[in-house]
Amino acid sequence: MIEVKGLTKYYGPKMAISQVTFRVQKGEILGLLGPNAAGKTTTIRILTCYMPATEGSARVAGFDVFEDSLEVRRRIGYLPENPPLYNDMTVTQYLDFVSKIKGVDGYDRKKKVQEITDLCHIEDVRDTLIGKLSKGYKQRVGLAQALVHDPEIIILDEPTIGLDPKQIIEVRELVKNLGGKHTVILSSHILPEVSQVCQRVVIINEGLVVAEDTPENLTSQLKGAERLFLDVEGPAQEVAQKIENLAGITQVTLEGSTRQGRSGFLVESELNRDVRKELAATIIRGGWGLLEMRPVGMSLEEIFLHLTTKEEEVDAR
Amino acid sequence: MKNVSALFQKEMRTYFTSPIAYAVMVVFLLISGYFFYGILSSFVDFSMRAAFQAQMYRMPMPKLNVNELAIRPLFQNLSVILIFMLPMITMRLFSEEKSSGTIELLYTSPITKVETILGKYLAALALYVIMILLTMVHQAFFFLYGNPEVGPVIAGYMGVLLMGAGFLSLGLLISTLTENQIIAAVIGFGVFLLLWAIGWLSNFVGPGLGRILSYLSIFEHFDDFAKGVIDTRDIVFYLSFIFFGLYLTYRSLESSRWR
Ligand SMILES: Nc1ncnc2c1ncn2[C@@H]1O[C@H](COP(=O)(O)OP(=O)(O)OP(=O)(O)O)[C@@H](O)[C@H]1O
Ligand SMILES: [Mg+2]
Repeated sequence: MIEVKGLTKYYGPKMAISQVTFRVQKGEILGLLGPNAAGKTTTIRILTCYMPATEGSARVAGFDVFEDSLEVRRRIGYLPENPPLYNDMTVTQYLDFVSKIKGVDGYDRKKKVQEITDLCHIEDVRDTLIGKLSKGYKQRVGLAQALVHDPEIIILDEPTIGLDPKQIIEVRELVKNLGGKHTVILSSHILPEVSQVCQRVVIINEGLVVAEDTPENLTSQLKGAERLFLDVEGPAQEVAQKIENLAGITQVTLEGSTRQGRSGFLVESELNRDVRKELAATIIRGGWGLLEMRPVGMSLEEIFLHLTTKEEEVDAR
Repeated sequence: MKNVSALFQKEMRTYFTSPIAYAVMVVFLLISGYFFYGILSSFVDFSMRAAFQAQMYRMPMPKLNVNELAIRPLFQNLSVILIFMLPMITMRLFSEEKSSGTIELLYTSPITKVETILGKYLAALALYVIMILLTMVHQAFFFLYGNPEVGPVIAGYMGVLLMGAGFLSLGLLISTLTENQIIAAVIGFGVFLLLWAIGWLSNFVGPGLGRILSYLSIFEHFDDFAKGVIDTRDIVFYLSFIFFGLYLTYRSLESSRWR
């Protein structure tokens, strides 16, 4: 349904995203996960035809976002990271205007506006001027605006920002229910949010896609393990056994050895436990040579760390 | 077409729910009313003196030309006032969408740039037409108490309408250039005033450039209408002016997406 290939965007000389590539199947909910300034909004703005990419291509529902932008725009509902609201309109007037420019016919319009007002729980403010609404309500009106014309594809840029914990859960539930019938892209910097709602996650950091998988795989890959790569000069079997017996080490895998008696090991240890000192001491005591020791997959872990610490603030209501 | 009307309605609603429309109309009517009163009094004064002199010298009462003495200056004054009022109408059209982020909604909706521009332009034009319709009250006085020719009045209004329509298209262009409404308004004043007065320079530069400058002068073209002359060259000038302004607005929107 959505096909992104080698998307690159420069703002002047500054690179915002580079070679971003992913696909979204029909009915799938894809999470776009990344810390601040990762390039989520930039990617989304290209997909929604707000601005063209510097390089690469993107197809939405079979149409190129640049060549057939009007066809693409007919099919998407989009919540930008700052909801695009007119403060001097009431909620109903606003939704009516949006559904008009999204091409909903007069006959349907009233019904659709009514439905979406109920779905997003904004009935009680329907005749209030948008400028007078609280941030959370504005966010919900923004969400209603993205859904009002019942689009095939829905793209939401950090939809839960500014909401209280109860509303966050509501919105996540709502988005989850959109899957199947609609194809959804959701950006977020909160890992648990993405893993609750999405079937697949693309992680971007500093403009690059660093991982793409199901939330389960991603979390199990990383949760509960600290990984180190060791390059040791010595007999592989013996070294492996010694290391495995150390406290805190959960797994040792031989990554290959050379004829000169050098072997690489991938060592996993318990989370939040630094085993490097003991590891080094053991190897030296054994009379072997420690040629290299470095953390593996650190960048991804760092991102996760970043993302998960953010969520703790939210959960600690 | 549906999109144009949706945008048109939205802009009109904004004009009339925010105090912009009322403020502009009230200020415009007060100032133009003030000038009208001034012109009318000096006209009355002048005609009284003429009547007095006629009696003194036992001559027949001269026939005073209302069009030349009152209506033409009134239209000229109107055109100057408009230079200050019109930027208020156009300043927010695109800059507000940019600063509030709603431009993202417009750009990602299935409406074309041309539709957006037309919707907004027509709304500004409609507000402007309402404004000048209100000044017809002034004209009614002339028709009640004087005996002006109808033709020149119609020509004058045509000139006001065309000149304003040209300024509005330029104002629309200016509002695409900045996120700040105040800056859009200030640039608007500056540009309008310059275009209005550029003809003065034509006396001081070479004849070739002089002719170009006076051709570009909004005022020179307007003055024909104010005198009661409807010249197709003037109409063509204003229509191409409007078209050019709208075209540049389109180009400006196109190029801002690439930045
Ligand atoms: N209009 C712009 N002009 C110049 N640089 C920009 C512009 N928009 C974004 N950038 C830069 O591009 C990079 C990616 O920004 P982007 O907004 O896509 O990040 P993001 O992942 O959405 O971050 P956040 O979580 O903070 O919303 C950032 O370094 C940002 O400074
Ligand atoms: Mg963002």
